[in-house]
Amino acid sequence: MMNNTFYSEILTDHNLHPAHKHELIGANFTHEGINPSCGDDIVLNLKIEDGVIVDGSYTGSGCAISQASADMMLDLIIGRSTEEAKRLSDMFLRMIKGNVTEDELEELEEAGALQDISHMPARVKCAVLGWHTMDEIIKQAEG
Amino acid sequence: MANKQLLSKENFPVFEVYPGLVYLDNSATQQKPKQVVAAVDEYYRSQNANPLRGLYDLSVKATDAYEGAREAVRELLNARESCEIIFTKNASESLNLVAYSYGRAFLKEGDEILVSIAEHHSNFLPWLLLAKEKGLKLNFLECGEKGEFTEEALRAALTENTKLFAITQISNVLGRLNPIKEFAKICHENGTVIVCDGAQSVPHIPVDVQDLDVDFLAFSGHKMPAPMGIGVLYGKRELLEKMPPFLSGGEMIEYVTREGATYAPLPHKFEAGTVNAGGAVGLKAAIDYVKELGFEEIEKRERELTKLCFDEMAKIPHVKIIGSDKAEEHCGIITFDIEGVHPHDVAAIFDADNIAVRAGHHCAQPLHKQIGVMSSTRVSLAYYNTEEDVHRFIECLKQIRRKMGYDE
Repeated sequence: MMNNTFYSEILTDHNLHPAHKHELIGANFTHEGINPSCGDDIVLNLKIEDGVIVDGSYTGSGCAISQASADMMLDLIIGRSTEEAKRLSDMFLRMIKGNVTEDELEELEEAGALQDISHMPARVKCAVLGWHTMDEIIKQAEG
Repeated sequence: MANKQLLSKENFPVFEVYPGLVYLDNSATQQKPKQVVAAVDEYYRSQNANPLRGLYDLSVKATDAYEGAREAVRELLNARESCEIIFTKNASESLNLVAYSYGRAFLKEGDEILVSIAEHHSNFLPWLLLAKEKGLKLNFLECGEKGEFTEEALRAALTENTKLFAITQISNVLGRLNPIKEFAKICHENGTVIVCDGAQSVPHIPVDVQDLDVDFLAFSGHKMPAPMGIGVLYGKRELLEKMPPFLSGGEMIEYVTREGATYAPLPHKFEAGTVNAGGAVGLKAAIDYVKELGFEEIEKRERELTKLCFDEMAKIPHVKIIGSDKAEEHCGIITFDIEGVHPHDVAAIFDADNIAVRAGHHCAQPLHKQIGVMSSTRVSLAYYNTEEDVHRFIECLKQIRRKMGYDE
């Protein structure tokens, strides 16, 4: 059973009023991530120049966790190098598994609101969808 | 007075372990009364040996227990003979048995199969796979706006090549009861075999296979209050007799030589390997339970609870009920959509209030596509639910949009 306060204002706000949910002109990488069993669907667009994620956006549909997680991820990674993004992705995935330090949690900023997903195994795949999709893009970018 | 006791949650051990649990996922599986748990326990304490094989007293006891369960199922369904009752592991296996055995042997290229659009994947995918394998044409019987299937639509959808029609008696999404008896008559006038999925009907309403005149009917024990892993296929004897075995192995043979085998008579021809005798005994206990309670009482109770739940849900803004707009056309099942909230978030919020509901496509993706939603949330009631359960569900439902950040 999940905590009653799990759907925090941070999470619902990112879901209902996302900052990055739109098309992206000039994106040079696009990848779709799907959770077939839930119908979560995210198309992630990134503009990567000289190993730096200069801009990003997503479109798609799905549960609040999948959509808000993608939005919070973009808040974190835009302006960072792909190396930094990979480090944050690793940190986020470890947080989901309940294996993260206090300092790291702080570094994840609002994405840390999803920490309690570690107690909701059925929803883990929703929270990590955006991050896995980004990992795929970085693999492509690094060719 | 005895009935009141059987209706009570106190009879179901799970609610001793989780006293605050509001369990509204009965279409997925029902909770088990202590009488069923005790019957299975007793089987393994005092009757267990490999049935149908041993020549010693304990094996005879196991055989009697297993075959006694078959007779209980025959009586429940009012089948003509107990050899028409095949034990399987669940409704899915029963339907696969028909597709693989009957379908492979008797359907040929150019034949057509008709399937209702509301089927659970278990009464759709076996037919789709069979059609691909044998070069058959698969057609769909479409439903009306409220999820209804009509005799006119069936007549129009049948062709002279339609050799088999697969349809559920009660949809696991819409909760609507289909006119199976009328459909069987229309099918037989057309020379079409009718396969009925009884998974959502057998636990809740009297099902008489002779009166319905269906050729095959499948159900799962666990959706009644029986254990998981025991299911039933009813088939008319003349059809089962001519069908080849489905699975092969132990106990389904008469003679085996280096070159071949002759098969055991019905029903054992279709029950290869060591059977689930403990499950069958549990199923008999579940049937005894349901019979003692009586279908009249079960239906009355489930109708009352469904109406209460439906009427309260209909008052809540942004909640859209899928299927019929009449409570009496939802047999214990109400599937709904909350505008702007994904069903998985809906179910998670219910879970936080200790209320179990189902969210997703309920193994009926073609139907969801047809009605234009990706997924939905489903509440499904059983006789042991209470008005208090329904009120707690409704109170939580009212809060969901606000909890998801909407200004209500």
